[in-house]
Amino acid sequence: MMLTFDDFPPGHFGSFGPRRVTREEILAFAAEFDPQPMHLDEDAASRSMLKGLSGSGWHLCSIMMRMMFDGFIGRTASLGSPGVNELRWLAPLRPGDDLMLDVEIAEARVSRSRPSTGIVTFKAMIRNAAGQLLCEMISPIIVERRPEPAMGQAG
Amino acid sequence: MRFFEDIEIGQRRELGSFTFTAELIRKFAAQFDPQRFHLDEEEGRKSLFGGLAASGWHVGSACMKLMVADGQRQAREAAARGEKVAIWGPSPGFRELRWIKPVLANDILHFASEVETKRLSEKRPEWGIVQARNTGTNQRGELAFSVLATAFVPRRNAG
Repeated sequence: MMLTFDDFPPGHFGSFGPRRVTREEILAFAAEFDPQPMHLDEDAASRSMLKGLSGSGWHLCSIMMRMMFDGFIGRTASLGSPGVNELRWLAPLRPGDDLMLDVEIAEARVSRSRPSTGIVTFKAMIRNAAGQLLCEMISPIIVERRPEPAMGQAG
Repeated sequence: MRFFEDIEIGQRRELGSFTFTAELIRKFAAQFDPQRFHLDEEEGRKSLFGGLAASGWHVGSACMKLMVADGQRQAREAAARGEKVAIWGPSPGFRELRWIKPVLANDILHFASEVETKRLSEKRPEWGIVQARNTGTNQRGELAFSVLATAFVPRRNAG
């Protein structure tokens, strides 16, 4: 049974994880998309503002996407997302981190331009095993509504 | 890379282009965003996107890739002139990220970055905070991607 718009009432939606992030993954993503020394080189990273090897913020976003997919997007009648209102990187992603994802529904409303769909705005928070908040995102997704029950049907 | 003092509001850098081949789209999606319209041509055609579409996080990551490459080019140029090279700090985040048009297989996005605001960091006096609008425009001239990104930029005489 696919999740539809009505399955996303405002409030706490769910917690997902843990997801272990390895040093190899951090280095591989950084080499491909974000080859800054603070994400690739232990010595340079220790001298950086983040004081040690850290994952790319875009890697953390991409892992968050995968955790959302595994957690609920993969079984949601989602039509995609128009964007991200706000995203904050609050603490560095470190090799060996076990990430937990918390999702809250901030707002759910029926789309005016496409009434068979709704816009679900959620707040996603990624924490490490120590409970430190690494990343916080507010983003809408477009979700299909459940078809109207047929005329004359009870309820 | 430039120092905080060298950065002016309205400065624009052309970052270069990235081609989203079907192979790259599927590879990124399989790892990070395996929604059906990012993995399968036919599912993409049936979706709002109208074709195999790149994950939005793939588009953002490609923009980052070109930003870093541009920074490294500038650093090499500064070093060649015998100038001190600025090493940029991390980013505290971004706002107003918009996936405006789908990025479909074989689309070529041209990325650019334009400075919108700059201010000194209150907590870290050796750093400034710069906001830039990073955009991706496809080969048809349509704006497909836009984000207002923030970064810590070192001050020239921070020691």
